[in-house]
Amino acid sequence: MKLTKLAAIAVATVTAATPVLAELVFPSLSYRTGAYAAGGIPFADGYADYFTMLNERDGGIGGEMTRVIECETGFATDKGVECYESTKGEGALVYQPLSTGITYQLIPKAAADGIPVHSMGYGRTSAANGNVFSHTFNYPANYWNGASLAVNHLLDINDGDISGKSVALIYHNSAYGKEPIRTLEELAEKHGFTLKTLAVDHPGQEQKSQWLQIRRERPDYVLMWGWGVMNQVAIQEAANIKFPMENFIGVWWSGAEIDVLPAGDAADGYKAITFHNVGSDYPIYDDIQKYVIDTGKAAGSGNQLGTVIYNRGLYAAMLATEAVRTAQEIHGVSNITAAMMRDGMEALVITEDKMAAAGMPNFGPSFEVSCENHGGPGTGAVAQWDATAKTWSLISDFGPSDMDIIQPLIDADSAAYAAENNIEPQCD
Amino acid sequence: MSANFFYTIEVIANGLMTGVMYSLVALGFVLIFKASGVFNYAQGVMALFAAMTLVGIQTGQVPFAHLINVIFGTHLDKFGWEVPTFIAILIALAVMIGFAFLVERYILKHLVNQDPIILFMATIGLAYFMEGFGDLMWGSEIKKLDVGLPQGGNVWLENATAGWAEGFYGFYIDNLDMWATAIAIVLVAGLIVFSNYTKTGRALRAVADDNQAALSVGISLRKIWVIVWSLAGLVALVAGIMWGAKSGVQFSLSLIALKALPVLMLGGFTSIPGAIVGGMIIGVGEKLFEFTVGPYIGGATENWFAYVLALIFLVFRPQGLFGEKIIERV
Amino acid sequence: MFYRESGDFKTTYAKDTQTFPIKLDRVGYYIILAVAFIAIPLLLITDTGGGASYWTNAIFLPFLIWAIAAIGLNILVGYCGQLSLGSGGFMAVGAYASYKLMTSFPDLNILFVVILSGAITAGVGILFGLPSLRIKGFYLAVATLAAQFFLVWLFNKVPWFYNYSASGQISAPTRSFFGFEVTGATASAEAKYLFCLVLLFCVAWVARNLTRGRIGRSWMAIRDMDIAAEIIGVAPLKTKLSAFGVSSFFIGIAGSLFFTVYLGAVEVGEAFGIQKSFLLLFMIIIGGLGSIFGSIIGAAFMVLMPVLLKIILVDQLNWATDIAAHFQFVIVGALIIIFLILEPHGLAQLWRLLKEKLRLWPFPH
Repeated sequence: MKLTKLAAIAVATVTAATPVLAELVFPSLSYRTGAYAAGGIPFADGYADYFTMLNERDGGIGGEMTRVIECETGFATDKGVECYESTKGEGALVYQPLSTGITYQLIPKAAADGIPVHSMGYGRTSAANGNVFSHTFNYPANYWNGASLAVNHLLDINDGDISGKSVALIYHNSAYGKEPIRTLEELAEKHGFTLKTLAVDHPGQEQKSQWLQIRRERPDYVLMWGWGVMNQVAIQEAANIKFPMENFIGVWWSGAEIDVLPAGDAADGYKAITFHNVGSDYPIYDDIQKYVIDTGKAAGSGNQLGTVIYNRGLYAAMLATEAVRTAQEIHGVSNITAAMMRDGMEALVITEDKMAAAGMPNFGPSFEVSCENHGGPGTGAVAQWDATAKTWSLISDFGPSDMDIIQPLIDADSAAYAAENNIEPQCD
Repeated sequence: MSANFFYTIEVIANGLMTGVMYSLVALGFVLIFKASGVFNYAQGVMALFAAMTLVGIQTGQVPFAHLINVIFGTHLDKFGWEVPTFIAILIALAVMIGFAFLVERYILKHLVNQDPIILFMATIGLAYFMEGFGDLMWGSEIKKLDVGLPQGGNVWLENATAGWAEGFYGFYIDNLDMWATAIAIVLVAGLIVFSNYTKTGRALRAVADDNQAALSVGISLRKIWVIVWSLAGLVALVAGIMWGAKSGVQFSLSLIALKALPVLMLGGFTSIPGAIVGGMIIGVGEKLFEFTVGPYIGGATENWFAYVLALIFLVFRPQGLFGEKIIERV
Repeated sequence: MFYRESGDFKTTYAKDTQTFPIKLDRVGYYIILAVAFIAIPLLLITDTGGGASYWTNAIFLPFLIWAIAAIGLNILVGYCGQLSLGSGGFMAVGAYASYKLMTSFPDLNILFVVILSGAITAGVGILFGLPSLRIKGFYLAVATLAAQFFLVWLFNKVPWFYNYSASGQISAPTRSFFGFEVTGATASAEAKYLFCLVLLFCVAWVARNLTRGRIGRSWMAIRDMDIAAEIIGVAPLKTKLSAFGVSSFFIGIAGSLFFTVYLGAVEVGEAFGIQKSFLLLFMIIIGGLGSIFGSIIGAAFMVLMPVLLKIILVDQLNWATDIAAHFQFVIVGALIIIFLILEPHGLAQLWRLLKEKLRLWPFPH
């Protein structure tokens, strides 16, 4: 029968393909195809290039070589399951699930398997409560921080008073897009601005209704939680109705070169919240050029260097590397396991010195992770697009978000999860 | 007159224009269905592929650069020249015609006289194939498409009508949409002239009417199929350009086929005017619903309302507005 | 030479109408059942490495669940001739129904949760099947597409369905069946596998017996020519709606399993979007319309093919993942076309022809 034959071939290939090596393994659940490929390629490239650079320059981390296993998910949850299952047996240290769907379904699985998950700036926001989510980390910032940071920026440019202003949120009609709504509602109450939410259905190619509504109602500011083609269309439509770009602020997944480039000059002045720095003016780029690009070992086509999402990949890899170093220190062995990696992540301290030593000075905030707080400081900055120079640049420092509002929301949501799944608090 | 009245008109006008954009995609389906009874699932991917090819040629990209680089360790990227838009469009069209030949030669020829559902499935296979092939050829990153079409609201119209009512900011009509409408009119007029006044066009209609009879009077079915698929390729290229100008050329472009489906069903699978009128009804209907009812039920209703609207029409006319009457015999 | 019916005498009507009239087929069937129910679970239990978890979660579960859904859709499309592109939406109904049942009645046995979810889906399916009385052929797809998009929108929009959680994701709590956990992260591979396998077996058995009985024949009469069927006394209303109901029941079970056992956490737009409806339709066309075996083999093809290609291209040949993924599309697309050209009626028909040839082998006629 056909089925058994297929299975037999598959058995043969699986068994032949899994040599076990003493290496630090970082699976990369990338998405270089499908509707979101344009956002997935640079992240996967940055993540892989950083580890290649470490191998070439330092011989790995603490004397252990690193290995990145790339697995293509196409941003689909079921492919993510296959990728997780096929890579976890190879000694995977930490997962970057990259899609909200995959993150949600990995959270319980990875906790059961004892492998940490780092959902950096995405995934389940309340995973910041380490008491409930023992194996999930989402430092340095999450969506609720992002919402608060956007409002903080509005406060900044209005001398601290935005009462009576109107803010519209245009969001991807999915779990991801709905994340900031509750935080924004609370903030609207606190600061006295009015909030209007506008949903855009996947994929978001056609947004005329939403933008006509914005044109009619003339909100003072528009925030965007978009992803994929929705970003390009929204920025183009905003330009079409001549909405002032400096009043249009996206979250970090709506703030890359690919989002603004198709709109050309009209996108000039568009802003985005970010939790890491932009540009390629860092010592690390010299090393990447020297050890990775020039030696022909670049991931992908090697043309993504310096883009926002490539930087995010580098940043994720740098944080993982520092966590490995921390774990190596704590446990006194260089070839760490996933359980040790978890301890390393929980004891992670990022300082300006460490970032400078990694060749990435002032690349992100300084912060500490603790058993209770897996979410980091929740700080971020605002970047602005310059269409003539075709560059993003930070226009603010890494500032704090309003944890008075966010912490109760995190506690409530994680408590609900703990109750639903009978989870005992892991700290104290 | 209150501002709300004018805004309603604005929504209707924009709905009409958006509907025409949907029709551009639906036209491709209709052409192929009419002539060969094939429901071409790959039409959306064809639009994506055509637009990618256009941008690739325009910016002088090396086809299969990434694949070649991986295999041979080279660093190919671009040829370093730029092809003028008009010539690039012609080359892209030539590619689509070549593609039509291949489809006929390698797929349709072998599937003559099969059930519609089998042919439909074959086009799904084709869609898979082209999706992978297009990405291999031109890469899967977003590309900016610039063929010199104007974008943004029409300033003249906006200024001329501003202040007609208290709180009314003037009519907003996108220049790109107006161009799309003009192009659609030219395209449909061209297609009608072609099918009514040329020999090939008449042969096309004969095949659509009764392919057995057409065959017996000496019309080559295979030639007709190539012509029809080439025409569908042309329509795909136009749709790809118009939609690609809005959002950049990227994978999601192939998903506009989903917006063309209700148009197609409402208008009837076999009618070119049906595709246009259907598109306008869908466009106006979904925009008006989102404008009036949307705010009360949470918005983002357009995707499903288009289908519900088509469904309502179909309950009264099961063959679509302009479809051929279904005659059932036992 | 060895595969033939001669010598295999039937002495009762029951024997004459059995599903596998040829002895060799029967033996093969029992062997497959034995492998599926005994050998594979034993292998899964004894495997201590990551293999059991990989095989179950990445291959067996999706295959079993999609096979259930494919049987469901095949009843509607293959047996009753009503084109449906709303399967993703109906699976979502199954998933959300089980989430609400699991969280509202924590003590309800998981098997009843799954079956009740199927029943709820059947109700929704019948509702969206009503237009089929008026609309036919490709045009009917519009009704089911309306269901697809509306249901996804509804589950995304109404917070009651996801218990007012912040993001709208639903996740399945741990539930056990006869003391064995079958949902949640800690459930063992073999328990999950067996749970789905038993359900697939029951669904296939029920479907097989429905389709060769009175109701199945009335579905096929409607499919082949509905007006003629009506004239000879088959009620279109009852027949079409029963097909929608049974089909949605199975699809609802599949959706429920997809959420509870397989993924554990879903978001409606991503997990049950339109692409899932298409995928399911591809499965039954590739496998064979109007064939239970075809549904299973079609599900196997669409689930296993990409995984197999990935393993060969990425793990064996060490290709870059993006190029491998693009080639996957090219190869799957080309295979679909090649299969259709070789045998337009699906893999099941290919199998049937092979058996015909085998019966006569080694003689050509």
